Amino acid sequence: MTSTVLVSIRNLVKYFDISGGWLEQLRFTGGRIVRQRDVVKAVNNVSFDINRGETVSVVGESGCGKSTLARTVMGLYPPNSGEIYYQGKRIDGLSEKHLKPYRTKMQMVFQDPYASLNPRMTVEKILKEPIRFHHPEMNRDMVEEKIIHVMKQVGIDPDWRDRHPHEFSGGQRQRISIARALTIDPDFIVADEPIAALDVSIQAQILNLLMELQQDNNLTYLFISHDLSVVRHISDKVAVMYLGTLCEFGETAQLFAGPQHPYTRALLSAIPKIGERFSHTRLQGDVPTPINLPPGCVFNTRCPHAKDVCLRHLPDLTRQQDGSFVACHGVAEGWLA
Amino acid sequence: MAPLLTINHLNVDFALRSNTLRAINDVSLSIEQGERLGIVGESGAGKSVLGFSIINLISKPGYIESGEVIFQGRDLSSYSDEQMRTIRGNQISMIFQDPMMTLNPVLTIGCQMRETLMAHQKISADKANEICIKKLRKVYIPSPEKRLKQYPHEFSGGMRQRIVIAISLLTDPSLIIADEPTTALDVTIQAEIMDLLLELCKTNNMGLILITHDLAVVSQISQRIAVMYAGTIVELGPTSQISSSPQHPYTIGLLNALPQRAGSSKRLNQIPGVMPGLAKIPAGCPFSNRCSLVEDLCRSKRPALEAKQTGIQVACHLVK
Repeated sequence: MTSTVLVSIRNLVKYFDISGGWLEQLRFTGGRIVRQRDVVKAVNNVSFDINRGETVSVVGESGCGKSTLARTVMGLYPPNSGEIYYQGKRIDGLSEKHLKPYRTKMQMVFQDPYASLNPRMTVEKILKEPIRFHHPEMNRDMVEEKIIHVMKQVGIDPDWRDRHPHEFSGGQRQRISIARALTIDPDFIVADEPIAALDVSIQAQILNLLMELQQDNNLTYLFISHDLSVVRHISDKVAVMYLGTLCEFGETAQLFAGPQHPYTRALLSAIPKIGERFSHTRLQGDVPTPINLPPGCVFNTRCPHAKDVCLRHLPDLTRQQDGSFVACHGVAEGWLA
Repeated sequence: MAPLLTINHLNVDFALRSNTLRAINDVSLSIEQGERLGIVGESGAGKSVLGFSIINLISKPGYIESGEVIFQGRDLSSYSDEQMRTIRGNQISMIFQDPMMTLNPVLTIGCQMRETLMAHQKISADKANEICIKKLRKVYIPSPEKRLKQYPHEFSGGMRQRIVIAISLLTDPSLIIADEPTTALDVTIQAEIMDLLLELCKTNNMGLILITHDLAVVSQISQRIAVMYAGTIVELGPTSQISSSPQHPYTIGLLNALPQRAGSSKRLNQIPGVMPGLAKIPAGCPFSNRCSLVEDLCRSKRPALEAKQTGIQVACHLVK
């Protein structure tokens, strides 16, 4: 497989201003009224590449910015700064009209199949909508044919196309969501926790489906998940995020065999494994809020190895000898064993 | 020594207008003093209903149709609400999934903790405060004196679940029922909460029933595992045996569906179909419509949960 870069993310930053109107921004501090803005720093300076045909997973705990990253890449949120390239062409900041040709190539599958399918539309209507929007030139027979084709692909009987979402189980609904993403033959699919709402035996069915579709349709996935064992199974590369910052990025096998960043190590050690006694790296405290990011390395409040330098300077994501990327002073300077 | 809790042939029904659905079908199990039992199953398997029926908290239209729940020699299923109140939250405590839903957002932590304690014991508020602080310390909440005056929204998810655990410990119960206690939490926080539960059970010689959908979580802290499917226990035995050599086709399927078990092959082993709803449970073995080994007998006769050659209890005609 030739490894051509399909999607490239460069120094992506996404902040959300949550301070509200100017009256709500007023604070009384030190005997004076000051105006103060609260900004959630959801994604901070994240860069990585996704090669064609690959599955890249983003893992991290809730609130680490993985979903924001996915939505910003999809163009659903405008980034504050940074660049997103699709096949070498910059797509962030494009107008809706200019973005449309890229939108036909990028589709998204959401977490909750109960919330992401319109309950008042039949399956046929749900699947027809993206085709009508992106390919108005297709005639009725072609659309019909396409719908039957994608329904078969995801394992839903095409005879059920007149039914509504509530008549399907959670797993079947997720298949319909996937079918909707496939109707316009995308190259790139962003799946935001596509199996988190499903039971274990159904999770396996959906994961198998996603992997089969990837083979058959030559898809590229950006897969968002908090479930590390799933990520390990399906992805080629893994990006570990903490508080909006990329901690580590590398090949799946390498990352799971030898995690380098202290957060990745703690995260991996916390995965419960069947038939093994508990022995995880204890982290002190909780994840700080992304509103008041600690100065220096974002992980310094919980890192067992934090030194002076970690409290003062934010480490850069640097390329290691084995080709992975790690953002840690300890790894860069070699004092972290 | 008599077991701490024994459930004998428990049936729980839900009476609907058109028909009556059986949510718990002939469940029997027992748990010893200080034992940790895990109940695993997919959503809709009846694990939570089983947990609720132990403390007689099944709400209408559900009811315990038959069977007994014997706790320290007394049958709880026949207790009145009045009598149950001396048991619930006192000798048996329950921990729920979402700590944001179980704590009252408009009351301070201290207020909620004292309330629980003073409902069960005749003690002064000062004395109650003292006990609350002690328990908060036990669940590793830093500076508990200050924290008592704070509201639930001032705590993180993991801290809130610690507080819920502290509340459940207030009256030194001999059994804790934890219903998906870590499902709403992140994996690193989950590990800490599980550590805490394990430590507390050991130091207080407390029984624990851990209800969860996550086989891996259960296998780490429980000594025995009961696997539920469509309202019945299909397999019950020591954790080590169930996780290394499960016998029931459903348990085997469930374990093999986990990515960790797939090994080098990319494709995961999946169980076809979905768990049937309560109205559509097939006659005979409830798993017969999804089982790959199904025989004629399975479709006509319901297998009983019985000890097999390996020593674990399995409800399957095909396991010898």
